[in-house]
Amino acid sequence: MRTDAVKYDRMRRQASPPSPIVKDCLCAFFAGGSICLVGEILRTAFLSAGLAVKDAALLTSVCLIALSALTTALGWYQKLAAHAGAGTLVPITGFANSIVSPAVEFRSEGLVPGVGAKMFIIAGPVIVYGTIASVVWGILYFLSKRYMGG
Amino acid sequence: MQYFNAFWVGGAICVIGQLLIDLTKLTPARILVCFVVSGVVLSALGLFAPLAEFAGAGASVPLLGFGNLLAEGVKQAVDEQGLIGVLSGGLSAACGGITAALTCGFLASLLVKSRDQN
Repeated sequence: MRTDAVKYDRMRRQASPPSPIVKDCLCAFFAGGSICLVGEILRTAFLSAGLAVKDAALLTSVCLIALSALTTALGWYQKLAAHAGAGTLVPITGFANSIVSPAVEFRSEGLVPGVGAKMFIIAGPVIVYGTIASVVWGILYFLSKRYMGG
Repeated sequence: MQYFNAFWVGGAICVIGQLLIDLTKLTPARILVCFVVSGVVLSALGLFAPLAEFAGAGASVPLLGFGNLLAEGVKQAVDEQGLIGVLSGGLSAACGGITAALTCGFLASLLVKSRDQN
């Protein structure tokens, strides 16, 4: 069978599935975008209920965290995460999932060495390095205010 | 329009995370650490505020927003209390989310039995 270049290219495209990176990124985009959209809907609702910007942001986070904890406990979040990848990891719901999931899983090892310690497998480093970065920034900001007039 | 911006900016930030997963094989914990530290840096450089203005929850719901909370908290505390604010500002701004997540985790561990992940 003879095939010219154009025909071959068409056959190749039909035979090979789209590259997993593109598919992964699309899944991550829609899942992550949807979670942020839910966040924006909640935030707008809290703002229009008359809450201050900071309180609305906190309540939005708390609602998303509670939703994530509920769906993690029901086993749904993990199923979504299997398709959505970073789309479910990067939002605050992923952070909540990283705390709730090991807390449930390691309950059998006891409340202190299991639940209490294992909650921080992923959240611990996040909190530690976030805090360290904020301390570095705080010192720089303090020095810049004092010696360069802000 | 603000909903649309929240959707696509939030989605785009997640795509950055997905590219990190696919191209670098960083583990989830490392990726989350990268995002939080990036959030602190973006906030310190003054780049986060315009993004949050534009995208609302699209900027604050990804973990970048957590970093921004830490950085904003430190800045405000230094303004109010001076050097001691470096120690107190960050976590006190972020405490609501952390406490909510820990409480949810603890409750879930009491109420739910571990199950097969599949």
